[in-house]
Amino acid sequence: MTAPTPPLRPLGARRRWSRLLLSLATLLCACSKPTTDEIRIGEFGSLTGGTATFGISTHEGLMLALDEINASGGLLGKKVTVITEDNQSKPEESVTAVLKLIKQNEVAAVIGEVASSRSLAAAPQCQANKIPMLSPASTNPKVTQVGDYIFRACFIDPFQGSTMARFAVDRLHAKRIAILTDAKNDYSVGLTEFFKATAKQLGAEIVAEESYAEGDIEFKAQLTAIKATNPDVIYAPGYYTECALIARQARELGIEVPFLGGDGWDSPKTVEIGGKAVEGTYITNHYSPEDQRPEVQKFIADYKAKYGGKTPDAMAVLGYDAMRMMADAIRRAGSTDGDKIRDALATTKDFSGVSGHISMDAERNAQKDIVVLQIRDGQFRFVESIAPTAG
Amino acid sequence: MIRRNLPLLAVLLALWPLGLGLERVLNGYYLQIAVLIGINIILAASLNLINGVTGQFSLGHAGFLAVGAYVSAFTSLALGLTSSVLLPLPLLVGGTAAALAGLAVGVPTLRLRGDYLAIATLGFGEIIRVIILNTNAVGGARGLGGIPTLAGFGAVFACAVLCVVALWRLVYSPRGSAFFAIREDEVAAAAMGIDTTRHKILAFTIGAFWAGVAGGLLAHFIGYLHTNSFTFLRSVEIVVMVVLGGLGSLTGCILAAAILTILPEALRFGAEYRMVIYALLLIAIMLTRPSGLMGGREILPWRSWSSTPAR
Amino acid sequence: MDQLAQQLVNGLAWGSIYALIALGYTMVYGVLRLINFAHGDVYMIGAMSAFYFAHWLGLADAPSLFGFVVVMGLAMLTCALLGALIERAAYRPLRRQPRWAMLTTAIGVSMLLEYGGQALFGPDPKFFPQLIASAPALRLGGAVVTNIDLLIFGVSLALMLGLRWLVYGTRVGMALRAVSVNVDAASLMGINVNTIIAMTFMIGSALAAAAGAMVGLRNPKIEPLMGLMPGIKAFVAAVLGGIGNFPGAVAGGLLMGVTETLVAAYISSTYRDAVAFVILIAVLLVRPAGLFGTVTVEKV
Repeated sequence: MTAPTPPLRPLGARRRWSRLLLSLATLLCACSKPTTDEIRIGEFGSLTGGTATFGISTHEGLMLALDEINASGGLLGKKVTVITEDNQSKPEESVTAVLKLIKQNEVAAVIGEVASSRSLAAAPQCQANKIPMLSPASTNPKVTQVGDYIFRACFIDPFQGSTMARFAVDRLHAKRIAILTDAKNDYSVGLTEFFKATAKQLGAEIVAEESYAEGDIEFKAQLTAIKATNPDVIYAPGYYTECALIARQARELGIEVPFLGGDGWDSPKTVEIGGKAVEGTYITNHYSPEDQRPEVQKFIADYKAKYGGKTPDAMAVLGYDAMRMMADAIRRAGSTDGDKIRDALATTKDFSGVSGHISMDAERNAQKDIVVLQIRDGQFRFVESIAPTAG
Repeated sequence: MIRRNLPLLAVLLALWPLGLGLERVLNGYYLQIAVLIGINIILAASLNLINGVTGQFSLGHAGFLAVGAYVSAFTSLALGLTSSVLLPLPLLVGGTAAALAGLAVGVPTLRLRGDYLAIATLGFGEIIRVIILNTNAVGGARGLGGIPTLAGFGAVFACAVLCVVALWRLVYSPRGSAFFAIREDEVAAAAMGIDTTRHKILAFTIGAFWAGVAGGLLAHFIGYLHTNSFTFLRSVEIVVMVVLGGLGSLTGCILAAAILTILPEALRFGAEYRMVIYALLLIAIMLTRPSGLMGGREILPWRSWSSTPAR
Repeated sequence: MDQLAQQLVNGLAWGSIYALIALGYTMVYGVLRLINFAHGDVYMIGAMSAFYFAHWLGLADAPSLFGFVVVMGLAMLTCALLGALIERAAYRPLRRQPRWAMLTTAIGVSMLLEYGGQALFGPDPKFFPQLIASAPALRLGGAVVTNIDLLIFGVSLALMLGLRWLVYGTRVGMALRAVSVNVDAASLMGINVNTIIAMTFMIGSALAAAAGAMVGLRNPKIEPLMGLMPGIKAFVAAVLGGIGNFPGAVAGGLLMGVTETLVAAYISSTYRDAVAFVILIAVLLVRPAGLFGTVTVEKV
């Protein structure tokens, strides 16, 4: 094809700049080609966007584990490097991030993500490319159903939803329950289903079912409808940004009853945004900072030392545990071959994590305890711990 | 007839080895950019027909892209396609669905002009997106994954060439000058006996068809779709390409599509400033040279391509 | 029935916000025949600047009504200047160009504000300080009206009345109306059209900023892309009421807010945003002049 004749000088200049920048970019890309004397693990998460604290906390926990691993000699005699990609809290960016990690950075395995919908978006790519993926905190059962290369370090929502339902009915004696679901979120929708099933089984009545979408800021329409049904408690299994706002607006409307939620409420921002409105809320979660086990307290101390006195939340704990689980699997596999790592992960038994003893079951989900916490005086306080029942 | 179309055939023949050569030479990352350039060329050219040539300011092109992408993906998944040879089928289905959407948008907006038309098309684009978002059969808010990756550089290249050639033939034929007439002065055109209704609807339908084909290619290249990729912002990105290239110029569309696909990749390290640069670029073009790079002209005089003798 | 009353209160609160933003659109369209795409983003800048002023002046730690008024006033001033700047730099040079040029530039300015905002403020949502603690103020039937809702109603009403006085009770207002009717004739009559247009932008932007500050107070999550949807909805409200028509903008805004809330409450909240577009298409197809607009016939 004939080269276009540039009609103006500016066009020529623009072309030259593009070429210059493109070659610069090539150089940059060349720099990130893998060297053989290190082990590369990919991490993708929401470092920015609506659920930024999930990604940041996980990253911080993961980095703490990475420091410990490298300080004690690395893995298989090599240094371990983690390459982190931000997905801006968006599912389509998760796909791009994971593809970049696999194709460009040639990682041996991937750790990610917290949000189930974003894990679900990325998992098929990992599965298709035979790269093991370990999700630290995605609780929707569908994530590991994508394929045999997909694992998780946490419990799943059938357990979480039914536990909260049991707690609500047995402990709080709730008979009328209203539910407010994030309809665009797999995690929230899944939890709602499991909660409802158990709650109904136990004889409670679901008096209202309203929904909203992640990113909404106005919930009074739904809350007004809920208020009219006079519930004893409101179950809001969403993410902290919306849930804290929901609690605030509920109090403004004169709704006094306590909220119930899942691990999506766990964030330092919940109390910051919700203030007094979130006092009294009960949530199901992966760990409690009040757990007196020595490994938990040591982790909290190390985390505070590295991150300026911050108390770690559940995502930080799971990020830490996931990185260590991955390291443990690579050690047992004795190689960075995807299949071997996968097999090693699948046979994880009684791994001692900060979030509890972790054993991988046949569906590649972790069998672990669940804790119920309550927000009192601006802190998440331990209420009780529940072990998984068989099946 | 062969004689008249000799230049066209010559160009096509020259492009063939170029396409094959590129496919062999370029590797992963660069191939991906080349594919995206191809898709953007189709998008820019198709929007150019509506905005640049016929003068109908449409801001809803992402809607047609989305329809094509989702319908073709659904077709592939429903039929369980695995062979690249069968790619034309979902592409045609997607394109046709998008064309129908174009019809649905073009007909009601016939009476609208300028700003109102822009806003109405924007509205339609968003409505399409919200409908898809609420359709669980295509994944809803989680997105649609697992689409067989049947489209490679070859397919995209071929479609891009087909699209440009088809649109060129349409616009630079004697019938085609009707589109330009509508852009210049719709009332005068109607007074001259041009069926403005028919041509406007045709512009929307054909433009939407090609956008749908581009959507199908996108779906079958990446393998995953999410409505977040088809917002008003996407429509604006395509508008920027057409405006940068010069409204009405197909060559401009090709140039601008290439530049605006490479630019964000070259600027990866300043990722958060990418959109700011886009915006500044758009404003700068409008303030300094609103006629765009090519000023509405093509690189080759169109007369030698048409079937009428030179005037 | 209680529920309906509460839903109406919620709807009217948002309706007032849309009305304030819609007035800005309608004013600019009246004088320039331009849909100022960037207007919704001026609303966002209003919320953001109110946020920053509250922190810089230390008012975030000393919540008070006075503090909020100061912060809102500063935000309005900032956005008035911003509006004038946008007009001068991006729109004035294109006044003689075809319509699509100004529209495209407006889109460019909008994107610049949104993504520039993301780059400048960071893309993560910010939480507006509680300068006024929300408390129930009135109970009408079963509906609870909070003090913030009352503030919104009060301030919106005051601003609208102020605007009405300005446009119908002063010479400047008369000049503004003259420019809306016919730019050339107005300039022939000795009116400085450039000044009037600049003033129009300033007033419209100030109103949007007030809306932004109040939304920050009521729904404290603010972020650089927050202006997109309210901007479009307010524009639809202006079109619904009859673009160029002030009472129409107000009526359109209130109608928009109430309809949206009722749809979210009684149908599904996931269709809340779609309501705006459906109304838009319906209005454009059935009665493009809007509820209060005059139907003009294009003569050739």
